[in-house]
Amino acid sequence: MSILEVNDLSVKFSVRDGEVAAVNKVSFELEKGEILGVVGESGSGKSQLVLSMLGLLASNGETSGSVKFDGQELIGMKPSALNQIRGDRVSMIFQDPMTCLNGYLSIAKQMTEVLTLHKGMDYKTALARSTEMLDAVKIPDAKNRIMRYPHEFSGGMRQRVMIAMSLLCKPDLLIADEPTTALDVTVQAQIIELLNDLKDDFGMSIIMITHDLGVIAGISDNVLVMYASRAVEYAPVHGLFESPNHPYTKALLRSIPRLDNTAHEDLYAIPGNPPNLLHLPEGCAFAERCDHQKEKCLEDRPLLRSVSEGRQKACHLDELP
Amino acid sequence: MSAGNAATLESVSQQQEIKGRSLWDDAFYRLLKNKAAMVSVVILSILMILVIFAPLFSPFAFDEVDWDLISSAPDMASGHIFGTDSNGRDMFVRTLYGGRMSLMVGVLATLVSLIIGISYGATAGYIGGRTDAIMMRIVDILYAMPFMFFVILLMVFFGRNIYLIFIAIGAINWLDMARIVRGQTLSLKGKEFVEAALANGVSTPRIIFRHIVPNLLGIVVVYVTLTIPQVILVESFLSFLGLGVQEPNTSWGALVSLGAQNMENAPWVLLFPGVFLAVTLFCFNFIGDGLRDALDPKDR
Amino acid sequence: MTASLLEVDQQRVHFTLPGDGLIWPGKKTLKAVDGISFTLKPGETLGVVGESGCGKSTLARGILGLVPVTSGSIKLNGVELTELSRRDMREQRRTMQVVFQDPLASLNPRMTVGEIIAEPLKVYNPEMSSKDLKQQVVSMMDRVGLLPNLINRYPHEFSGGQCQRIGIARALILKPKLLICDEPVSALDVSIQAQIINLLMELQQEFGLAMVFIAHDLSVVKHISHRVMVMYLGKVVEMATREELYKNPKHPYTRALIDSIPLPDPELERNKKINTLDGDLPSPLAPPSGCAFRTRCPKAHDRCKEAAPDLEVFENNHSVACWDPN
Repeated sequence: MSILEVNDLSVKFSVRDGEVAAVNKVSFELEKGEILGVVGESGSGKSQLVLSMLGLLASNGETSGSVKFDGQELIGMKPSALNQIRGDRVSMIFQDPMTCLNGYLSIAKQMTEVLTLHKGMDYKTALARSTEMLDAVKIPDAKNRIMRYPHEFSGGMRQRVMIAMSLLCKPDLLIADEPTTALDVTVQAQIIELLNDLKDDFGMSIIMITHDLGVIAGISDNVLVMYASRAVEYAPVHGLFESPNHPYTKALLRSIPRLDNTAHEDLYAIPGNPPNLLHLPEGCAFAERCDHQKEKCLEDRPLLRSVSEGRQKACHLDELP
Repeated sequence: MSAGNAATLESVSQQQEIKGRSLWDDAFYRLLKNKAAMVSVVILSILMILVIFAPLFSPFAFDEVDWDLISSAPDMASGHIFGTDSNGRDMFVRTLYGGRMSLMVGVLATLVSLIIGISYGATAGYIGGRTDAIMMRIVDILYAMPFMFFVILLMVFFGRNIYLIFIAIGAINWLDMARIVRGQTLSLKGKEFVEAALANGVSTPRIIFRHIVPNLLGIVVVYVTLTIPQVILVESFLSFLGLGVQEPNTSWGALVSLGAQNMENAPWVLLFPGVFLAVTLFCFNFIGDGLRDALDPKDR
Repeated sequence: MTASLLEVDQQRVHFTLPGDGLIWPGKKTLKAVDGISFTLKPGETLGVVGESGCGKSTLARGILGLVPVTSGSIKLNGVELTELSRRDMREQRRTMQVVFQDPLASLNPRMTVGEIIAEPLKVYNPEMSSKDLKQQVVSMMDRVGLLPNLINRYPHEFSGGQCQRIGIARALILKPKLLICDEPVSALDVSIQAQIINLLMELQQEFGLAMVFIAHDLSVVKHISHRVMVMYLGKVVEMATREELYKNPKHPYTRALIDSIPLPDPELERNKKINTLDGDLPSPLAPPSGCAFRTRCPKAHDRCKEAAPDLEVFENNHSVACWDPN
């Protein structure tokens, strides 16, 4: 059974020069216990996608479409009802944990607050449970550390605290928005290992947003590739990396500097820049940078269509050469 | 949306150079959309034009005494549309004359404090270390001087003189400016573009005036619009105490002071300069707030 | 053998910070860079890799004279930089330029692209006519892949990748001999990263540049460097040619850095033996005794606690600072 059904979700921002289409008719489903990776470059709309699902857009943003979480429609829901769901059944971790932690309150205070508020626990049980959770994210000496303040933790530890906090209410869905981008590679590896472990222990679904295909490869079951506000490819992780269907995915995979090939040839670079979201081209948004561009691509926007079992792409080409 | 902008840039025709939209242009646009600020700008402009040009067309001079109409109420027929004061002088002309003086003090004294404050603050902040410590302690010492005492001392030694007021007010106000500018400079100094300039061998004065000061101007402009009304008030206060401009010259503060003495039998003498003064102060404050929002959209 | 362009010998950059005491705080010393030596030949690229806080940026700033060097020698073309007066140092800056990490922050937001790129030229050739100036700026913009008609635009109107191109154009307009790139692609998207790396490699060929290329992960450095230096808490732990280092990493830290880069291949990524390091970088204010890496090292033993290993040179010019190299 799917825990999340997203249908034709669109996000628009009104700015000085008109309307920016940050997300354009994105649809996907998420099963219980599934990890969905959302990849895209900055400005592809991957963050706005999840923020809009939870009603967290900036004031000039507007959402349309449908997001059903466990059968409940989230779009247009009253803020108070949405607040009940956020933090309790759906929680989120961000790129910079420091922006989400209050520097003037101890970790204990911030963590127990979540439990006393959402679950009506008393302080003592809440504290015991919080400590347990810090143990679960492998913070050494959790009992004493919990009394400390956020700035006394290192970046990686802070991200662990954030994860522990987001897991306090045993959410059904965890949304991770670039949780490792600000961290060093060695620490990133620790956090990914941790998320992989936690997923099995807690049985939750995860939406993992990142720009790093390596992270996606290590953690997700399915992958949604976004480009210029639209979903361009959806595929199971193994299929996607073995045989990318969309020229953008393929080009992205080629442009990653890899350690595992010994040849030292030049890096492949996708030419050009992503298009302006204010004036998206009529045809395929990737056409200008695409190696396989055809006349049709410039005039006619390809829609996301099924190409094989569990795989979708938005491209006119049937087969990638 | 910078990624987006960039792509349009690419697609624009290759021949002609495109004029960029500077941060100032963006801020100006946001200011245009701020109704309170724009209304204030219009009112203030009208006021300035009135203050500067209207006395030229008035049938009365500012120090001309109409012996027949002493302390007369506003009256269209006599031509004294704001009435006259206890000396029979036309209040309309005197109010506008007072405005000239008040606005001039406000703008000039602020300008003085602006120039000294920016140079001093930016230099102290940028050079830092011991220079900074010494320069800022000097500011602290000047701060500790009681302002009123300073002004009265000046008046006693040099006699009452309008230029002394400029100097006195300017000499105090630049201290605030210097502190604000120094603080901003300290934060700008760590920015990568300043480091880049250093690595490029750009000289210290050039870094201060080319890289630091233009990036300070936002906050300075806001501060200026909030300082002008403050200075006008200080001048009014001095004039109210009798330390300001000398008769027959006048300012809004001096007029209000006179008006307050005859409030019961000739309220118009207080009312008109008071309203003008209040409206001006309001306008400057609204513009200041508008500018702050326009220059720093993130803070809202 | 060609002569070295840059010779760094035992460079140390220490910062003095106030200590913890409440009334009489005393002083603490932060050894950001602690005795680093390397040489660089014209046309060669040295990759410098390490986690944040390992001192790699301070090393670069020390060479550029942006932070005072505590001790050691830095020779550029045989000229000792640490002893130069400010004026002489300014003259030397022509030959070494820098590209910063944050493309937008390194450009003055109030200046147009043309003014930004022209500034170094104006500083060193004040008598140059504005026509010549503009012509040089335009040809440089063209060279780094910016449309010349954007000369009057402001930095905030460009994307990250384009801002980095502006930064590169500014750095190269004086035709320097040495380019120091401080994490120039860390803030960019993957597809743009490749563009910038390729551009830098092309420009290196064309201008015969020597480069110090700093990055926080080994994958980016791999394509551009001839030699790679790995730093940990202000010290070099391993230095070797690119081929040698990736094929045969001798230091456990280098090994861990290589292992922790996620591979864009689900089969390999999920099946690789996980060898993640525990914990975080220790505070550089209170580094562990002996080998600084021992607190996180899977192979640490008693000897590592007692004394720090020196950088030892093995075959193929491969130097490692470890008591027990692979």
